[in-house]
Amino acid sequence: MTIETKDSKVVLEAVQSAVTRYGASQDELIPILNDVNREIGYLPGEALDELSRLLKVPKSQLFSVASFYRMLSTKPRGKHVLQFCESAPCHVAGGREVWLAVKEALKIEENETTPDGKWTLITTSCLGVCGVGPVMMIDDDVIGNVDPAQVPDILAKYQ
Amino acid sequence: MSTIKSLEDLKKAREEALKKRELKATSGTVQVIVGMGTCGIAAGARDTMKSILDTIEKDSINGVIVTQTGCIGLCEKEPIVQVVIGEAAKVTYGKVTPEVAKTILIEHVGNGKVVTDHVVNI
Amino acid sequence: MAIFRSHVLVCVDPVCLKKGAHDIMDALQDELVTKGLIDEIQVLETSRIGGCDNGPEIMVYPEGVHYVGISPDDVPYLVEEHFLKGRTAEKFVLKEKTFIDEELSAPTSKEVRIVLKNCGIIDPGNIEEYLAEGGYEGLGKVLTSYTPEETIDIVLRSGLGGRGGAGFPTGKKWQFCRATQEWPKYMICNADEGDPGAFMNRRVLEGDPHAVIEGMIIGAYAVGSNQGYIYCRAEYPLAIKTLNIAIDQAHALGLLGKDILGSGFDFDLEVRMGAGAFVCGEETALMASIEGKRGEPRPRPPFPAVKGLFGKPSNVNNVETYANVPQIIINGPEWYASYGTEKSKGTKTFALAGDVQHTGLIEVPFGLTLREIIFDVGGGIKDGKAFKAIQTGGPMGGCLPAEFLDLPVDYQELAKAGSIMGSGGLVVMDEDTCMVDIARFFMDFVQDESCGKCTPCRVGTRRILEILEGICEGRGKESDLDTLEMLCEQIQEDSLCGLGQGAPNPVVSTLKHFRSEYEAHIKEKRCPAKVCKPLIRYDIVDGPCTGCTVCARNCPVNCITGERRQTHVIDPDVCVRCGICMQVCNFNAIVIN
Repeated sequence: MTIETKDSKVVLEAVQSAVTRYGASQDELIPILNDVNREIGYLPGEALDELSRLLKVPKSQLFSVASFYRMLSTKPRGKHVLQFCESAPCHVAGGREVWLAVKEALKIEENETTPDGKWTLITTSCLGVCGVGPVMMIDDDVIGNVDPAQVPDILAKYQ
Repeated sequence: MSTIKSLEDLKKAREEALKKRELKATSGTVQVIVGMGTCGIAAGARDTMKSILDTIEKDSINGVIVTQTGCIGLCEKEPIVQVVIGEAAKVTYGKVTPEVAKTILIEHVGNGKVVTDHVVNI
Repeated sequence: MAIFRSHVLVCVDPVCLKKGAHDIMDALQDELVTKGLIDEIQVLETSRIGGCDNGPEIMVYPEGVHYVGISPDDVPYLVEEHFLKGRTAEKFVLKEKTFIDEELSAPTSKEVRIVLKNCGIIDPGNIEEYLAEGGYEGLGKVLTSYTPEETIDIVLRSGLGGRGGAGFPTGKKWQFCRATQEWPKYMICNADEGDPGAFMNRRVLEGDPHAVIEGMIIGAYAVGSNQGYIYCRAEYPLAIKTLNIAIDQAHALGLLGKDILGSGFDFDLEVRMGAGAFVCGEETALMASIEGKRGEPRPRPPFPAVKGLFGKPSNVNNVETYANVPQIIINGPEWYASYGTEKSKGTKTFALAGDVQHTGLIEVPFGLTLREIIFDVGGGIKDGKAFKAIQTGGPMGGCLPAEFLDLPVDYQELAKAGSIMGSGGLVVMDEDTCMVDIARFFMDFVQDESCGKCTPCRVGTRRILEILEGICEGRGKESDLDTLEMLCEQIQEDSLCGLGQGAPNPVVSTLKHFRSEYEAHIKEKRCPAKVCKPLIRYDIVDGPCTGCTVCARNCPVNCITGERRQTHVIDPDVCVRCGICMQVCNFNAIVIN
């Protein structure tokens, strides 16, 4: 897999800036982890090491928190993360067909990343826009009323 | 608006806000309100908004105030655009693509003719 | 503080204003003073009583009488009849209550918009618009005229119950927190709306954030808290942004921070983002998440009002609960209590999703029936299909079949029927839905979101899921149904938190009301709704088939054979049931068996 592993310097900077922003205390752990995850794309072991040092919290505890939440990832993710809503209303609105089309277009299964490191596919629970289902979220963009035929075009918009 | 330090200040602030709103209505100003809740955005409201702003600029349409609002509750008809001209009743349009938005600006705002095909009916 | 025996609400929406609403207000005040009633009857401004085409319009509570078309000259007669003689002034009563709200597409004669009052009407990014609609007046009233105890009393008398799902009386909850003699106290808003199909909170947060903020400040004053948190799920980035802007604007105007409105009361608010965990909607898990831990619930007692966030007394309420508070203060508790049923007061927002014509949000008083909600407000089933079931309350809710359509919706009735109110999500299912698949679907969701702390939920739901998957794939056994019932009972009784306790509800209710579907899957290896792929077959019918070969050419697994102009055949062993052949056939020659 050719996912670029992040440069140490970049990782440490991301952690440092998050801790400076929120403060070095356990209560701020989730905002900090969110920021670092967003900046780097996931939470590398190195980031947790540094965080453990700065917050004086055991790494195992940090890992336990990081692995609990769906939006945080301890494994590298692709450049673009496609979150597909797998909840009932989208399912009932034709979500199954769109899901199949997405898997077909990316040629990967859930929780996998494409060999070129461009896409990671995960499912998410309800995004709260059920009126325009089926829905998927690519990075920060919420895309609704998705038709299976539109999938290739939607994916092509992302470099 | 200045800081509100007492009940009287609050009352004054409300009157100020109401006056501003009335001014908008009585000066014949046109308000174009775009639903930019997450459902609107998911249905493409950002492109619709862009089309509206572009058309206003290109065609030099004056006296139009474009604002946004949250989810109106009509998610299946998003993107939704509402037009208020002066004191007339609000007209709500549904499934407003960038092209339809252009038409609305030209026909309804420009020529005063409601684009009935896209009006969301009760 | 004066206690009023009656409230008169005068609509001051632009149309009514034009027709002289302020003159009516003045006339009312004058007449009430003249008749010595000014201390008993309160006159207030309001908006949107009706369609305003009959303006000026006024509403009198607690009777709930809607008067229209009054001129200042009519006021003395009205006051004499209604307040002195105790009779409704018939000639001014609105005869037909079928006004139509131009904002929405569904007929809204049944809707009452309290929580959703400003949504879609104001620009949420501009606090001035909230002020123009009477925003922060409730707060002003509370800080200048009521003690914390009086504030709690008002909320108690309104009958407002927690809108997060349990319906617990909000006034009582605030009382518990007030009673705890320990500081600091925390005011928390649960904005972790995780129920699939529920987006009521999102709408309020994105459309009218100040209603929530104002409600929280009022509550904080009542319980004695100076610091609040809004815990909002990460899947709502726009809501988080909107909230932060609103908080900044409120700060800039001095409505948050120190010495609010010169009252000496301080309160500050912070938004905390979740990170994608459904269970964090449970209040103790939510607090653990704010503390930077795994979102795992803990046993209660101690309740948050005694020992909550950071071990201090805390009050957790849902977005919708807080959003109701400002109007309850302004319009009075009797006004709020005039809506709803005996035990469930006020209104509730519901998210209609699934196979219904108008999906979206509605707000109706408790007591409306499911039939009215689905068919009147929701427009009935899409594509003219038949109604099969409705699931109420989110993924932990029960599925109710057609015989429950005339059930009035309130907390007690839904519980009696074997379901829950929950967040207010309503998923409507038509005749093409397989109820076993639905039960499996929700159990899959629960399994995913279970925090894993307690065994009944962690292991029990997995076992149920395995059995349901087996049934849907044609591997079901007769004994499975008994096993399912036993597992459900155990998990309901022994789970640590609401997620586990509620998880079996879809299974229990579908077993009860749709048992024949389960039996068909198990005994006949047949899916009556033709949904479960391993149990269905795609077949080509001899008559209509013209042998055009379109289906064979489009089949992704090449399982269709046949000569040109000869009836084609699908090989069921290779067929993956994708349905493409049926879609491309121009002669309706392909059926599902």
